[in-house]
Amino acid sequence: MSLELKNIYKVFKSENTETVAVKDFSLKIEKGQLVTLLGPSGCGKTTTLRIIAGFETPTSGKVFLEGKDITNDPPNKRDISMVFQSYALFPHMTVKENIEFGLKIKKLPKNIVEEKVNYIISLTGLEGMENRRPDQISGGQQQRVALARSLVMEPKVLLFDEPLSNLDAKLRESMRSEIRRIQKELNITSVYVTHDQTEAMSISDIIIVMNKGEIMQVGSPFDIYSYPQNKFVADFIGKVNFIEGKVIKKNERYYEVYNKALDKTFVGISKKNLQINENVLIALRPEALTYEKKENSISGIIKKVVYLGSQVEYEFETENNKTINGILFNPVENKIPQVNEKINLYFGLKASWLIKNEE
Amino acid sequence: MEVASKEFSNKFKSLIKNPSLLILLILIFVALFIFIIYPLLKVFIISFTDNNNKFSLGVYKSILSNDYMKQGFKNSLLVATLTAVIGTLIGYLYAFTINRTDIPFKNFFRTIAIVPMVFPPFIGAMSIIMLFGFNGLITSKLFGIRTFPVYGLWGLMIAQVITFFPVAFITLDGVLSTISPTLEDAAFNLKASRWQVFTKVTLPLSVPGIASTMLVLFIESLADFGNPLILAGASFPVLSVQAYLEITGMFNLKNGAALAVWLLVPSLIAFIVQKYWVGKKKYITVTGKPTTSQLKSVSKTAKWILFSLCMIISIFIILIYVTIFWGAFTKAWGMNNQFTLENFKYVFDVGKESIKDTLLIALTSTPISALLGMIIAFLIVRKAFPGKKTLEFVSLLNFAVPGTVVGIGYILAFNTKPLLLTGTFAILVLNFIFRYIPVGIQSGISLLNQIDPAIEEAAYTLGANDSQVFLKITLPLIIPAFFSALVYSFVRAMTAISAAIFLVSADWNLMTVQILSQTDSGRLSEACAFSVILILLILAFILILKIFLKNKISLVDSNFAID
Repeated sequence: MSLELKNIYKVFKSENTETVAVKDFSLKIEKGQLVTLLGPSGCGKTTTLRIIAGFETPTSGKVFLEGKDITNDPPNKRDISMVFQSYALFPHMTVKENIEFGLKIKKLPKNIVEEKVNYIISLTGLEGMENRRPDQISGGQQQRVALARSLVMEPKVLLFDEPLSNLDAKLRESMRSEIRRIQKELNITSVYVTHDQTEAMSISDIIIVMNKGEIMQVGSPFDIYSYPQNKFVADFIGKVNFIEGKVIKKNERYYEVYNKALDKTFVGISKKNLQINENVLIALRPEALTYEKKENSISGIIKKVVYLGSQVEYEFETENNKTINGILFNPVENKIPQVNEKINLYFGLKASWLIKNEE
Repeated sequence: MEVASKEFSNKFKSLIKNPSLLILLILIFVALFIFIIYPLLKVFIISFTDNNNKFSLGVYKSILSNDYMKQGFKNSLLVATLTAVIGTLIGYLYAFTINRTDIPFKNFFRTIAIVPMVFPPFIGAMSIIMLFGFNGLITSKLFGIRTFPVYGLWGLMIAQVITFFPVAFITLDGVLSTISPTLEDAAFNLKASRWQVFTKVTLPLSVPGIASTMLVLFIESLADFGNPLILAGASFPVLSVQAYLEITGMFNLKNGAALAVWLLVPSLIAFIVQKYWVGKKKYITVTGKPTTSQLKSVSKTAKWILFSLCMIISIFIILIYVTIFWGAFTKAWGMNNQFTLENFKYVFDVGKESIKDTLLIALTSTPISALLGMIIAFLIVRKAFPGKKTLEFVSLLNFAVPGTVVGIGYILAFNTKPLLLTGTFAILVLNFIFRYIPVGIQSGISLLNQIDPAIEEAAYTLGANDSQVFLKITLPLIIPAFFSALVYSFVRAMTAISAAIFLVSADWNLMTVQILSQTDSGRLSEACAFSVILILLILAFILILKIFLKNKISLVDSNFAID
């Protein structure tokens, strides 16, 4: 086990209010994994990261690095590096001086420093930038320096605090795969904080969805998207439609769910053991709706169509006046819905994911 | 409550994990206590005890029954209030004209307002005597008047307004330059007249700045020692001079201490009001967007009236300071204005030792004070530890404590073993270190607040410890604050008088004290020559520092952009 957090609580106290930033957070990360903390702002993800880095002391709970309790160790005594949102490059040093800073602090021999720095510079594609200062290079290059400066330390854990949020969309995409490539190449255990779900999806081995200081779900990007455990996760990750209902029948393969307003029965699946008469929601992704006949059908009137080139997004209203969002890909080869058109749409059993309706 | 105590114990726990930080904090707390708090306590204690070391209000009773002493209290408050009001008014007029009109020669006006910072704080008084006194250049030579009332309330007030003009200008300039002209544009756009824009927008927005300037001037005026010593005379006693005379003339420590307490109380009240009430009422109108706007706040006529007023103020200031240089080269000011270099020869004969002492003391205390200021700023902004608020308050306290009080406190506190320092080099150096530390702390704090803390955190995650982070990252980034702390402490140490006059001895004497004594014995030309040398030394120091640090500073400045 590379990194372990055990029952972390963090309470911030100001004059007359107490804010629970992190609540009973436990986590184990294997060597070489990239784990992402994903959640809306204020969900406690950055606080958790700063607890791992040692900038915050947890109010209770423990942090272990390779089995050793490091909860009260100062940041400079932990074998952990961090890439900051603002890059936090030293403005008075050149690119090279930035990268070799930590090695010099360690008092490594000159030739070893040189060797390591050169390797990292070529790994991150910073050749030719060595003698520039941070304000003389582009945002993307600054990002690379920040990454190089952390990597060169060969830390046991590498932390990323929203590292791409200051880059433009295109650069963000290429830096994302760059970070993943280097992380895999060096097999470096990483914790990555972001509020951007696409970023989380594309980069992570494991995603931890957080809300209000608590873990909502831990899982692979596929699981998080396809099998959300609760309404928050389903809603936060991607677009989703919720169809209310009550479990009326179940067997080993599927549940039957009855919606009273539509007077209709749907079939759906769940990993939880749902009970008869339990209130549930069908979490239905827009892209699961199709003209092709499937296990479930739903009818309504098209109210709005937005053509986006690669896809068509549309809204239709069911008989009980609920709006359902749909997405249709490859419009060239598909029928494009028209406004005011009355249609029947279908979705399959596998896409009919049931979660408990806790309201 | 449970969480509060847990947080508190967590802060302690992380401190214990970091013994070097703990030791540093203890050292700083102890030093601040010994050299700031303890002398003040001594002043209080002595003033409240009788000759048998028992609690007694006897000293205060005898002071209150003495009309001459009561008069001193009234006079001090009167001068301080007048200086505060008139100084702020003139400062506001000057700063407003520079910021809100398109008059020519703005750089000239700015320079004239700021340069006097480097002059000793009693030059105004000397110059006023030379210009308006019995043998005054203007009164007696120009108009033949010999009875112009320079001694007393008005002379003192004018001298103080001149002396503290830079303070007033810099504060108000800061206030006015951050009020975005687009707000005034908006008001014009809503069909307000110029007068309405001024009274309903600009003036209300500058009220906190005006209040704070008045309080600062009030504190400075109360604490002023050099000007009243020269100008107040026996007919117009003020507290700071009275306290000094009680101690050095009558050897009455208790009376001196009690007068010092009288002096301290209104200053402290003004300081607390300024810091905790007015200071919190600042309006933030900075939006981050470029806010250049054509200046149109005043009419053409008003503009030229304001310009003329500024010109008159500037010429008066120049006159005051040029007089000193002129005086230095005359045989006997007012009686024989022939050119001579004799005065400088005299100064080098009589004052060589004091010039050396002054330089040595200033050059020792300055770097220590500036560095300690940066360290304390770093601790306050970046570290969590119990007692942080206290540390900040105590280290800024010296802004408010008049030098006279500190001087009396030091002779009371450090005249017995193990802290027997009276008459030594150390007592002057220590006094200067702790007296001039607040400016370094303040500029360090404000600069650090603009620097992304992640830069230092990055250094920590790369394995640097506290002292490495401070020396390799923080200090290079706050070099401008360090530089201004160096300049400030040096200027103040070279021109110090109010506390230092109690601490000098035959072995360690200061130029300022020499200048005052020359002025006192009527040798104005010699005093001027002394002052000129003092001013040249200060300018030389600033110049050397600028050359020495030039590359570094421009480097750091250009890099702040990426934060």
